[in-house]
Amino acid sequence: MAQDEKQILDEVTSSDYKYGFTTDIETEYAAIGLTEETVRYISAKKNEPEWLLKFRLKAFAKWQKMEQPNWAHLKIPEIDFQDIIYYAAPKKKKELESLDEVDPELLDTFNKLGISLEEQKMLSGVAVDAVIDSVSVKTTFSDTLAKHGIVFMSFSEAVQKHPDLIKQYLGKAVPMGDNFFSTLNDAVFSDGSFCYIPKGVRCPVELSTYFRINAANTGQFERTLIVADENAYVSYLEGCTAPQRDENQLHAAVVEIITMKDAEVKYSTVQNWYPGSKEGKGGIYNFVTKRGICKGDHSKISWTQVETGSAITWKYPSCILAGDNSVGEFYSVAVTNNYQQADTGSKMIHLGKNTSSTIISKGISAGHSHNSYRGLVKMGRNATNGRNFSQCDSLLLGDKCGAHTFPYIDGQNSSCVIEHEATTSKISEEQLFYCQQRGISQDSAVGLIVNGYAKEVLKQLPMEFAVEAQKLLSISLEGSVG
Amino acid sequence: MLLNIKDLHVSIHGKEILKGVNLQINKGEVHAIMGPNGTGKSTLAAAVAGKDNYEVTQGEILFNGKDIKELAPEVRAQEGIFLGFQYPVEIPGVSINNFMRTAINEIRKYHGQEAMTAAEFLKKMKEKQQLVEITSKLKNRSVNEGFSGGEKKKNEIFQMAMLEPQLAILDETDSGLDIDALKIVANGVNKLKTKDNATVVITHYQRLLDYIVPDFVHILFDGKIVMTGGKELAFELEENGYEWIKEKIKG
Repeated sequence: MAQDEKQILDEVTSSDYKYGFTTDIETEYAAIGLTEETVRYISAKKNEPEWLLKFRLKAFAKWQKMEQPNWAHLKIPEIDFQDIIYYAAPKKKKELESLDEVDPELLDTFNKLGISLEEQKMLSGVAVDAVIDSVSVKTTFSDTLAKHGIVFMSFSEAVQKHPDLIKQYLGKAVPMGDNFFSTLNDAVFSDGSFCYIPKGVRCPVELSTYFRINAANTGQFERTLIVADENAYVSYLEGCTAPQRDENQLHAAVVEIITMKDAEVKYSTVQNWYPGSKEGKGGIYNFVTKRGICKGDHSKISWTQVETGSAITWKYPSCILAGDNSVGEFYSVAVTNNYQQADTGSKMIHLGKNTSSTIISKGISAGHSHNSYRGLVKMGRNATNGRNFSQCDSLLLGDKCGAHTFPYIDGQNSSCVIEHEATTSKISEEQLFYCQQRGISQDSAVGLIVNGYAKEVLKQLPMEFAVEAQKLLSISLEGSVG
Repeated sequence: MLLNIKDLHVSIHGKEILKGVNLQINKGEVHAIMGPNGTGKSTLAAAVAGKDNYEVTQGEILFNGKDIKELAPEVRAQEGIFLGFQYPVEIPGVSINNFMRTAINEIRKYHGQEAMTAAEFLKKMKEKQQLVEITSKLKNRSVNEGFSGGEKKKNEIFQMAMLEPQLAILDETDSGLDIDALKIVANGVNKLKTKDNATVVITHYQRLLDYIVPDFVHILFDGKIVMTGGKELAFELEENGYEWIKEKIKG
């Protein structure tokens, strides 16, 4: 029987990555490699104001002096930053007025991904900004949102239409030069979404950005900036997929969130970049900086992430709790299978009084993968009565994978309470047998048990997203049990 | 014949536990298997259900005439074998609703039937819950998580009612039950009895058999069925104890 177990273990992931197709669309590229010229090229392509070009050039100069961080529990093959194309865009003939003018190939791509850009079909009431390679191709619902004074458009468009807002908030949560990958993004970011919710407005629909890498040899460096003004609320979703390719592709995004007094932003991600083949060939390097700052009192930022894709993930969505009584939350499910590696977690930096934060992290490792939780909880000197609760659970499937937990705690104020709980468990044979005895196949049983394990996090997701995420969790782990 | 076990030898990690069990069960019958601790009662149940690491080294398990010993546990379940666990397993975060619905639909799929509609399913849940007198809050609770011993056993019978197996093997379902819970569980089992299904109750004590009356009583001893009789055998056993069996075998 032990032999059987081994066999099952070795028969990893029978299901294919569903989103591995490429679309044949006319694409315009920057020359391969990264020089000051590349930065200028991107800025010029976007017709950017002088101050933004300067921002990019300054970042580029800084980046050149920086070194890639190596403190994560990851084995990252050397990346040749001169062998990457930093800008690729579907060729646009002119400004798009309606959906009829979008390249049908592109529409088809998004339909295949299950994302309808046709507004009348969007019953679920989600406004979508679709970003393919370096450019936002279509933002839906813009007009409806505009009635509420909500700005939701591609970053490039916002630079043209709302330069003051961009200038005011860009780099406020992730300062220019923050870290190696964010600084690279500062220099070469191509597009992304910008969202501004004015005072007192509750955004009536879920806002969503959908990222798709299509072109080969390109990196994707999108930039998302969300600002919720006083007493505003928005729920924001992010999804991503990429074609199946043998070489690795770099994705170094930056997401910044700023909340003013009494404002709340809920940011949900379902990350399903191509994870590489089951032998560990190809896949996306997902090196992302996500940070929010609760600037105003009583404001709240909540990150929820379901991470199943990418060959390597390096990502720590964080909250700076500057305002008094502000709240930060981080809910995460990270699945690694085959040869995937993930080093992910959160940072909660408490600065204001009576600030509280929650970290719930559920790691699931299968195959030969390595899954690490890394988190920092810091209570500043003025963070009187700061509270944190962290729970980090790891679930192991099989005996060839690894789970690691690296919690850092820095308390500088004696009135703070920091709690940390951690568990590591294996899916037990007893649980599997119990399910199977009721007629449930082994793969379904794993899906069921894992979804149950991750329930605390999944229930944080908006409804439609939760269903997708549940399916994704089951699929990512098919055939991974022994 | 529903279940025909012939000369069954089963080893766990190389240690032989069952040493040639023979057992025939027809539709419409209730069988009781009794015996002292560590004689292989639970091993027999688990081997029929197909648990991993229970290696059949010799013999056959025929279910409806088909040898099932190479089949995966889920396929045996889909064929109509149900095991009521002595120690029901907790599955955190998985609601009973979701668990049962997944099970029923996988079984239906195996038989080429369409998935059950949500309305049909909920109706069935409600109906079967009454059978074992459990409250409607059950369906949203996680499988066995935080259940009392009695609730766990009731939940086993509830699942049996939902899945309507041809053969139900109840492994020490009476252990840890107070007399009220025992009556409820036994009553549930009796109500589920038809001429087309069969029940095997594995028990230590005659007590359960006051409520579930068996057609046959088998005594399992040292990996073999050493004695078979009617319900009176259980009384004899209760009166004389297992030492009596040892004597009888020797003699």
